[in-house]
Amino acid sequence: MSEFFHMGGYAFNVWTSYALAFLILIVNIISPILRHKKNLQKARDIQQFNRTTSDDT
Amino acid sequence: MSYFMIIRRESLVAFRNRHEALSPLLFFFLVCLLFPLAVGSSSKILDDISSGIIWTAILLATLMSLTHLFRKEYDDGTLELMMLSHHSLAVLVMIKLAAHWIINILPLIVLAPFIASALGMDLHIQGALLLTLFLGTPSLILIGATVATLTLVIPQNGMLLALLVLPLYVPVLIFGTSAVDAAASGLPTAGPLYMMAAILILSLTLTPFAIVSALKIGISQ
Amino acid sequence: MMKWLHTMASSAWFYRFAARIVPWLTTLFVLLFLYGLYGGLITAPADYQQGDAFRIIYIHVPAAWMSLFIYVVMAIYGIIALVWRIKLAEVLLISSAPIGAAFTLLALVTGSLWGKPMWGTWWSWDARLTSELLLLFLYLGVLGLYAAIEDKRVASKAISVLTLVGVVNIPIIHYSVKWWNTLHQGSTVTLTDKPSMQIDMLIPLLVMAVAFKVYYAISLLIRAKAELIEREPNSKWVRKVIEEDNNE
Repeated sequence: MSEFFHMGGYAFNVWTSYALAFLILIVNIISPILRHKKNLQKARDIQQFNRTTSDDT
Repeated sequence: MSYFMIIRRESLVAFRNRHEALSPLLFFFLVCLLFPLAVGSSSKILDDISSGIIWTAILLATLMSLTHLFRKEYDDGTLELMMLSHHSLAVLVMIKLAAHWIINILPLIVLAPFIASALGMDLHIQGALLLTLFLGTPSLILIGATVATLTLVIPQNGMLLALLVLPLYVPVLIFGTSAVDAAASGLPTAGPLYMMAAILILSLTLTPFAIVSALKIGISQ
Repeated sequence: MMKWLHTMASSAWFYRFAARIVPWLTTLFVLLFLYGLYGGLITAPADYQQGDAFRIIYIHVPAAWMSLFIYVVMAIYGIIALVWRIKLAEVLLISSAPIGAAFTLLALVTGSLWGKPMWGTWWSWDARLTSELLLLFLYLGVLGLYAAIEDKRVASKAISVLTLVGVVNIPIIHYSVKWWNTLHQGSTVTLTDKPSMQIDMLIPLLVMAVAFKVYYAISLLIRAKAELIEREPNSKWVRKVIEEDNNE
């Protein structure tokens, strides 16, 4: 098991690479999801605004 | 006949805005001047990097000259008139770029041998340098004009233009300097020179379409 | 056929399509990714020369392949956007750029981490590394130009042209190890010849490559959904989406 983590002495290089990959994969899912939610909220606000300020009472 | 008029017009505008046409020249000279001051004028170091200094300085000066390409025409509406004329826009653009090269870049190439001598480059190497400059700077103008027209819609486009254009300039720079370095070491220069010629031909044939496309995008604003 | 293509190009249809298939793609990605990880970290034997450091290949090479693949796909979207003026192509183009930039960065950094033990240096200015770095700048340039132009329809057309201008870098990157003497090694895996890598090392590599492609689809679809809403907040289909969202 500890040999697995040791990676023949290259532990830093290998695990940093895999960690960076994980980080990038996660960020590129989370960030778009958050932006999507934000845009939905903005659209909601815009449509709400248009409804309340429209001319037909 | 009116194509010749375009060159006349460009020369006239450039003459009346001498500072704009002279800026690349002055910039080139000053940048080249900085290097002996910065790395010490011991001839060995300067000799080794002289081709790189001149090429980089010319590249940056070309970049400077691009910021005012089409800018005035775009701002005052002349560009739209040019596009509405019955002349082929691609031809008009090419002539304008040719005029731009003659006015802005040719003086630099004329000055280059003197600067090269000041940096310690041997005369027969300068021949190779001039050849790379003649092959390379038109490509720089063509590629640079493509990106410059894309950024016309942005008022202060200098920084963005530089960032967008530099990755596209790197191949020309690498081949140009490697040709001169090969000449300095007595190695054959044909390889890099052929590559620069290839880039030039590709630019000549493909960039007009891109430039016209970009102009149409800019006008549609 | 044209009717089908035009249906596909409609924002509402695409939004619903994306929402439906993302869960499936996610399952597929997780399975492939875990299998690739298991194969790469555990099953594949350590390399004779490089030892366990070679396991970086299972991140580095798929990331590099993706950096090239995504740019080519962006160029195709660009052509479709310019020639046929299809809005969806514009959305997919700008949505792909950050993913491509991320993969390029990943390829460069993992390459650097691999290069230090193998070549003794974090970086070298050889043809392959330099052109891959240029690719990163091209991606960032696309993102920068899009952000700088206010009218997003004009911005989309501008980055379509810019992407096409930069696509000449892709064959340079790909053939750089063939055309020049580079520090970077030559091609081990090609489309046409037998790979020079043994099979139990090769399989996890190919699995990871496919996994990354599926991931690209997932991230692209989510980004495209977000971009579509941002572009048309007032439209009827967005109103329906919000209602459905409220009802959940």
